[in-house]
Amino acid sequence: MEQPRRLVVPGRFDRLTEIATFITQAAHTAGLNDDDVFHVEMAVDEACSNIIEHAYAAQSGEIDLTCRCPVTGQFEVVIRDFGEPFDPEEIPPPDVSLPADLDALNEGGLGLYFMRKLMDEVRFEFVPGQGNRLTMLKRSKAA
Amino acid sequence: MNLETRELKHVSVVKVSGRVDSSTAPELEKALQSLLDSERSRIVLDFQDTEYMSSAGLRVLVAMHKAAKKSGGGLCLAQLSTRVKEVLDLAGLMPVFDVYTDVVEAVGSF
Repeated sequence: MEQPRRLVVPGRFDRLTEIATFITQAAHTAGLNDDDVFHVEMAVDEACSNIIEHAYAAQSGEIDLTCRCPVTGQFEVVIRDFGEPFDPEEIPPPDVSLPADLDALNEGGLGLYFMRKLMDEVRFEFVPGQGNRLTMLKRSKAA
Repeated sequence: MNLETRELKHVSVVKVSGRVDSSTAPELEKALQSLLDSERSRIVLDFQDTEYMSSAGLRVLVAMHKAAKKSGGGLCLAQLSTRVKEVLDLAGLMPVFDVYTDVVEAVGSF
């Protein structure tokens, strides 16, 4: 992938399929194998779902996605929104060794856990006046 | 997402096709709750054509399985697609459900 790709959509659940199509096409073009493409798709879907449900909650707003290959073999996704920030450190990870507890988790807890498990790097930045910025990196395995 | 429900004598089989994400998970929950409200608590979910399942979908499965068990039934999962199995594994949920390779076996388990 030579040029970064960008998609800006309203932050609504009915746009998740469009986001998935955008990110999987970009990841395929970047040379990721099918498993890695699925992992990226899932992490982005969980991130965007969290933005729609928690950052924007009752308000409307846009989700701005950019993906690029900063170096060969790396696929980076940056997701920006202008909703309420949150501290990811305040979300306890689920204990997946105790499945009986999972139904007590809020959706964000499991989604955040998936993002961190599926991507090689996950970084949140909250800058007053500039919105929220989530950067996720996937290092390509052999295709 | 598309749902097709078959009513057998004692068991309902729900075939889930397409994507189960935050947009479509409520529809799946509504369909399963409707079965429970009709006292149809023995449910087989056929995931052969389910191409994607997010944490929103997993929450529905867990909640509806609990509700079905309270009514004397439960959810069985059949024909897991590779991706659905991967997601269930990642969440540590495989031990929670009875999983079968085909629908006939799943129906027969009740």
